[in-house]
Amino acid sequence: MTHRFRITIERKPGLSDPEGATTRKALIDLGFEDVEHVSFGRIVSVTIHASDEATARSSVDEMCEKLLANPVMETYTVESES
Amino acid sequence: MTTEATPAHIQLGMTDEEYDSVCEILGREPRPAELAMYSVMWSEHCSYKSSRKHLGRFGSDQPWVVVGPGENAGVVDLGDGWLAALRIESHNHPSFVEPYQGAATGVGGILRDVFTMGARPVAVWDPLRFGPLDDPHNRYLLEGVVSGIAGYGNAVGVPTLGGEVEFADRFSKNPLVNVMALGLLKQEQLVLSAASGEGNKAILLGNATGRDGIGGASILASASFEEGDEGKRPNVQVGDPFEEKKLIEACLELYDEGLVVAIQDLGAAGISCATSETAGNGGMGMDVDLDNVHVREQGMTPGEILMSESQERMLAIVAPENEQAVLDLASKWEIDARTIGEVTQGPELRVFSDGELVAEVPAASLADDAPIYDRPAERPSYLDEVWADEPSIPDEVDVVDALRTLLDDPAIGDRSWISSQYDHMLFLNTVVEPGHDGSLMRIKGTTKGLAVATDGDAFRTYLDPRRGGARIVFEGAMNVAVTGTRPYAVVDNLNFGNPENPEVMWQFIEAVDGMAWACEELDLPVVGGNVSFYNQTDGVDIYPAPVVGVLGFTEDIPTKPPRLDAAEHDMGIWVIGSEAEGDLAGSAFDRILNGSLRGRPADVDGDTARRVITSVADLASSGTPVVHDISTGGLAVALAEIAIKSSIGVILDDISADELFDETPLRAIVVSHHEPITPVNCRRIGTVGGADLDFGDLGSLPLADAAHIWSSALPRRMN
Amino acid sequence: MSVAVVVFPGTNCEHDIVHALDLIGVETELVWHTETDLSGADGVVLPGGFAHGDYLRTGAIARFSPVMSEIDRLAALGAPILGICNGFQILCEAGLLPGALVANRDLKFICRHIHVRVESTDSILTNRAEVGQVLRIPLNSYEGNYIAEAIDDVENADLVVARYSNPDGSIDKQGNPNGSTNAIAAITNERRNVAAIMPHPERAAESILGSSDGMVMIESFAASVTAPLSA
Repeated sequence: MTHRFRITIERKPGLSDPEGATTRKALIDLGFEDVEHVSFGRIVSVTIHASDEATARSSVDEMCEKLLANPVMETYTVESES
Repeated sequence: MTTEATPAHIQLGMTDEEYDSVCEILGREPRPAELAMYSVMWSEHCSYKSSRKHLGRFGSDQPWVVVGPGENAGVVDLGDGWLAALRIESHNHPSFVEPYQGAATGVGGILRDVFTMGARPVAVWDPLRFGPLDDPHNRYLLEGVVSGIAGYGNAVGVPTLGGEVEFADRFSKNPLVNVMALGLLKQEQLVLSAASGEGNKAILLGNATGRDGIGGASILASASFEEGDEGKRPNVQVGDPFEEKKLIEACLELYDEGLVVAIQDLGAAGISCATSETAGNGGMGMDVDLDNVHVREQGMTPGEILMSESQERMLAIVAPENEQAVLDLASKWEIDARTIGEVTQGPELRVFSDGELVAEVPAASLADDAPIYDRPAERPSYLDEVWADEPSIPDEVDVVDALRTLLDDPAIGDRSWISSQYDHMLFLNTVVEPGHDGSLMRIKGTTKGLAVATDGDAFRTYLDPRRGGARIVFEGAMNVAVTGTRPYAVVDNLNFGNPENPEVMWQFIEAVDGMAWACEELDLPVVGGNVSFYNQTDGVDIYPAPVVGVLGFTEDIPTKPPRLDAAEHDMGIWVIGSEAEGDLAGSAFDRILNGSLRGRPADVDGDTARRVITSVADLASSGTPVVHDISTGGLAVALAEIAIKSSIGVILDDISADELFDETPLRAIVVSHHEPITPVNCRRIGTVGGADLDFGDLGSLPLADAAHIWSSALPRRMN
Repeated sequence: MSVAVVVFPGTNCEHDIVHALDLIGVETELVWHTETDLSGADGVVLPGGFAHGDYLRTGAIARFSPVMSEIDRLAALGAPILGICNGFQILCEAGLLPGALVANRDLKFICRHIHVRVESTDSILTNRAEVGQVLRIPLNSYEGNYIAEAIDDVENADLVVARYSNPDGSIDKQGNPNGSTNAIAAITNERRNVAAIMPHPERAAESILGSSDGMVMIESFAASVTAPLSA
């Protein structure tokens, strides 16, 4: 069976995010003065064959730990889109 | 495991004796913030407590040395008011934890060391060591480190002009990422770090302060890794080359406008280190108010703010009448600037937070009173064993097959997979680019030229730390000599294992002795250095891997410096320099083809070294088309490199396998239409021509094959 | 005549283009990105670098810098405006040139000499060159891969100034280092007063640096500054 997941990878809170900070400043310069925080992340879609969703999800978790996210500086959330 | 019962100083990596010294200095128990400051400033990384006793052997009293070790960077005089600032650092542990950011912040840090002196950083070099590339994790580390250097260096706008790379299993869990930077300045731009003038303001410039690397440099670089230690690792420091670029421009303008009395970058130990060093170096004190520090996170404790290693920050000492001008200039460059303190008569560094005194310590004590250890050293037991086994080249060796194998080695094959990711052309100074023995740059508006080569040789340093240490100095000197410059100054990065292991300490002391001796023989000042201990994982120490960066200098940059791609049909090929002695210990042939690491590297005579290096520089500066140092892989590899880069074959008259793979140091290949005129040994070995690497009776390798193998060695493993 | 060289926070090739123009006696002035009056300038260069850290998208933040409305104005007046590398990305983001630049085919920064073949001499970058001339100049970029939705319009209007090529001028995948559509290395606008190039002609301005092939482009730009198009 095919399962589809949407993985959101974000920088761990507290780590410096130069891209977010620079973009926030640009937004403020453009008149969006109330912008408090901007941060960047990545969205990865993964489609996987597995017997059931739980198996698929645990496999996706492993992918995140091993490759897709860097656990020393990123967190991730996995949403099922099946 | 730490438990709640573990005393705070132990958790911070301090010994009981060190804690007692702190109590003695203060005449009381330290406050939490004070303990944090001492723990980080007295860590191995910041205090050099295991190495300091031995570093005095490096000399730097040559008349052209303007600033020796101890400041942020060494500075040498290039004449006509020009100075060069140079420095080398390691970012080994952070690069293992997070290769991209570890390497990137290494570049950022070394650049700050250089522009802190008033110099514009003009080039960077990166000596790297990894485990073998058949392990995917090592490939991941190499990929990440190279991307990090490229990502930061290219964006900040400082060209990366070279480096070197070695692969060995001992670096698998402990890669070595060293980074060297060179800056240029005029005499009047030189800035030092000693604060003076009671009432002067301390202004913090640049990035906000977060919990980055709390205890990072000190804790990471002052202890070994063990499995399961992940949770103890500090927050990864994230580099922001864009902030650094603005900081460079702002600081250089501050110096031009004469607005700063002194300046210090924030590296390991952050505000603790910068405030105590500037105050201590000037014999002054300082009052610091942490409420004025621009923090990125809520709820940071005073200790955390003091220890934070957030990147891209500088501390400027400014006369009160210039305070506003500095803040305005910072605002123009769009960087944050806040006055966080004031210079006092001292000698105390006093730190306030929320109106309360959180630390009051003698400023100089953080640096000057750090412990110095005379750690026991013991000759390693492995030496007798490896020395007893003399390497040789088998009689029945197939020279062509052997050369194929060597050219396919990722440390011998084309390394442009790495260097082409680095911008090495910015500033229009690069005359000889990466891929040569040393890179050569001009100083625009003058006839002066500067060359730099970085060299390490973990294998020979393992086989004989003293001789290996000396060899890397001679090798670096040869590599700048072939660009037509004279060796002029050295910086060193001493990468070793755990200093609490007496065998590692012995390796360290021997290597330092060998390096110091070689520098003395060449009259080369050592103007700066870095020690990286605790390169050990799961109880295994790395091979001892000191690295040197040798600066070469010439008043008259050659209009046509030697290049590897300048060989042409019918030119003669000569070998000049030392008498070949069949030196195979630690050689590429023995390591890669025999699969062993054994023997004792040959000793080098200082007088010969001086004569050869001078002669090579003379030839290189007088229009010789190709001058190439013979090193890893011997004559065979050196010739192959020339042939491949010049797209033309070579025909050797009468050569033996022993001669082809011998790695006797202090020899160079000269390719020219004219017989070289030189006072050192010089022997013609062949002619340029044809489409093969033609070894006569020993066989021949088509150039196209050689080129394919050589250029695929790294990409075929990485892609 | 004087050329304004615009410096954004993060620009890093400004001194290189100043040096190259200085070699042929063209006066330059470094202009900070907050400048709102370029009326003294006869031409403008947007040099290479990483304006605003290349964050978000290359050129995306720079296009909102105060100086850009002045550049819009000068472009409309017919003044020569040259973008190099990051300057190319900014001019595309600002809509002064068609298309966009994305990550290189191999997702790696490229720093080496490459070859470009001149396709049109009707541009501020090539008016002193010859069609078919092959120039050896350095490429130094991560996002140098040119794309355009309306690529046919770009081609049909003869907006392509130079393409990546092999040393003999032939064009194929081998000679296209970063995967640019139709091997496009440099383009101009329809009015032909705004042009941009991804490789760096100013880095090939002296033979001691390995090539002086880029000088013909620097000289072309200087010529168009002396004799700008009329409004």
